[in-house]
Amino acid sequence: MTFVRPAALCAALAAFPAAAFAASPAATEADLKQLREQLRELRDNYQQRIDALERRLAEAETRSASAATAAAEAGTTASAAARSVAEARTEAGGTVNRPAAESAFNPSVSLILDSKLTRFQRDPSSYRIDGFIPSGGEVGPPRKGFSLGESELAISANVDHLFRGNARFSLAEEDGAGVVNVEEASVETLALPEGFKMKFGRFLSGVGYINQQHPHEWDFADAPLAYKAFFGYRVQNDGVQLRWVAPTDLFMEFGAEVANGGSFPGAERKANGAGLWTAFAHLGGDIGDSSAWQVGLSHVRANPRERQFGDQNPTKAFSGSSQTWIADFVYKWAPNGNSSVTNLKLQGEYLLRRETGELAYDVGGAGEASSAARFRQSGSYLQAVYQFMPRWRVGVRGDWLRSGTADLGTLDPAGLPILAGYNPTRQSAMLDWSPSEFSRLRLQLARDKSRDGESDNQVWLQYVMSLGAHGAHKF
Amino acid sequence: MLIKTILRLAALFLAVLAFPAAAAINVFATVPEWAALAREVGGDRVNVFSATNALQDPHRIEARPSLIARARSSQLVVATGAELEIGWLPMVLREAGNAAIQPGQPGYFEAATAVRLLEVPVRLDRADGDVHPGGNPHLQLDPRNILKVADALAARLALVDPAGSAVYKANLARFADKWKAALVRWEQAAASLRGAPVWVQHRAFPYLSDWLGLKELGALEPKPGVEPGSTQLAGILERQKATPARMILRPAYTRPTASDWLAERAHIPVVVLPFTVGGSAEANDLFGLFDDTVRRLLAALK
Repeated sequence: MTFVRPAALCAALAAFPAAAFAASPAATEADLKQLREQLRELRDNYQQRIDALERRLAEAETRSASAATAAAEAGTTASAAARSVAEARTEAGGTVNRPAAESAFNPSVSLILDSKLTRFQRDPSSYRIDGFIPSGGEVGPPRKGFSLGESELAISANVDHLFRGNARFSLAEEDGAGVVNVEEASVETLALPEGFKMKFGRFLSGVGYINQQHPHEWDFADAPLAYKAFFGYRVQNDGVQLRWVAPTDLFMEFGAEVANGGSFPGAERKANGAGLWTAFAHLGGDIGDSSAWQVGLSHVRANPRERQFGDQNPTKAFSGSSQTWIADFVYKWAPNGNSSVTNLKLQGEYLLRRETGELAYDVGGAGEASSAARFRQSGSYLQAVYQFMPRWRVGVRGDWLRSGTADLGTLDPAGLPILAGYNPTRQSAMLDWSPSEFSRLRLQLARDKSRDGESDNQVWLQYVMSLGAHGAHKF
Repeated sequence: MLIKTILRLAALFLAVLAFPAAAAINVFATVPEWAALAREVGGDRVNVFSATNALQDPHRIEARPSLIARARSSQLVVATGAELEIGWLPMVLREAGNAAIQPGQPGYFEAATAVRLLEVPVRLDRADGDVHPGGNPHLQLDPRNILKVADALAARLALVDPAGSAVYKANLARFADKWKAALVRWEQAAASLRGAPVWVQHRAFPYLSDWLGLKELGALEPKPGVEPGSTQLAGILERQKATPARMILRPAYTRPTASDWLAERAHIPVVVLPFTVGGSAEANDLFGLFDDTVRRLLAALK
């Protein structure tokens, strides 16, 4: 036993490593195989990279050689040739760093942050423009104190060789709930012949001058009173626009639009076809190197049916025809046309509206009274903005509205106090600072007499910040 | 009004159709140097319009109505590219209603595609100022680039106006011969400028420095397009004491304030370079541009 045991032990001992070895070669074989595989992969990988680098070096060398011969021919010195080699190298390196093309087709996106801090004498929620039928748009000032205002998200890109798409959403908060408005969602043509262009979808109408500018492009924190009173601050509609630019050295542009007319000065419609028509013409040019000008004449026509206004108790509604004429001008001056140091911008518009039709309102339980009514109202603004040193601008603006004479027919004017004759005015002054093209801080002071007998002294602090794509602005 | 407008439109349209088609093609050049080059290569076959003059900052141009009107009747747009004109040219092209000159069409030419751009940023961030993702766009100040662009432009003119291709080829050959001779002249004259240390007001001269071997110590602008402040300038004055530069280079269209401040304290001259055709009285064409540039640099070295 004692003999056997060590023998068995020896055998076991002898067998153990053998067994262990017998087992381990299989494992090592697999591991080694794997390792070899990995090594080969690595080597292949590196070989490819080395090959690529060698290829690039060879290319660079041939390029430098040709550059050198070219340089010799051109009479440049050897150091120039050496630089060419360096350039060739960087070019070879540059091809590697080029971004993958997948993201290259992303549309250009920009986000505008626009926020205000205000101090008003009067309650903004009671804002109205006396003497005028309320336009129902966002015409009132923002709330007192800090307010987030509207952020604008704009996305645009060429759709294909024929179309360009453009969308703009405003993101705001009303009564604690997020609100997204579609400001613009339009498609324009890229390849119509003979200077024609078409745009369809929802867009800002080409009438007037300031109408096509987005709020962040305004030179003041809010829109002119005339636009607020006549259009709910802008003519924006769902429809089609056709424009034509004349092939002349003097800029001449003619356009016409047909649109749904669902918003002021139109009214919500249930009918087929169109409810709003516009036509406009713009002329423009330069005076020497330093000045540029543009004038325009536009017409907006709508046939609202039961356009309701005021708080709906009692119901007030207008049906008839609404025609507005706009005359606009803008003049810009910069010494030698170099606007980076000082420049001046003068701009003004005159709006005239005629409305004829039927005005109806509920006379408190005694049924509805209605009568033929006629309005002739006008408004204008004039503003000047001067950049007195790089990045700093100062501006003044005057707003005047004339409610004119409202012919209410057989209706009792006492039932419609908002249509009592009144000529609202407003004076504004602003100072802004733009550290770059993408940011602007503004201080604005205004005395707003939109409300009969109530003057509202306003202080605005505003910032406008643009993130993302570099948008080109209109004149 | 609508009917009147339509009538007026129709009348204008007829008037336009009645004009005989002109033999020459209209070229819309964004900056004066390409207008001059288009005249050299195009000769009598082209009517050239320059959208800007030499005293305007090419970064800050507005999409003026006159530019839209000119773009409307052009057959070829010659731009620098590399986003130099990003703030206004896209708007002019879109508003012009001219399908032939839209980017991607033969009627849209970018000089930057013909040359290798320098100072391509490795980091794209607006916090770095007015950076151009494609590289520095002021490529016209290396005369070797002018030759490359001329080559490409002649080919493009021939594509837009095939009937004139022989003329463009001949004009190009004549221009290239003259240019190469001038190149030798300039380089010989400017040999003493090699290695001369300089400050630049705006990063507008990498191509000039690259060509002549000037050693740019830095820019007065802390970031492209950002005016230098007093601390920035004081810092540069300190650096000037340690590594003295011979002169300060400034393009004609920029404000003199910062460079004059430094020049006065460092006792070195400010060289106002024409930067483009028309930037000085002598720079009335491309040859004059480089004659004058070299002359002004040499005068400052003395």
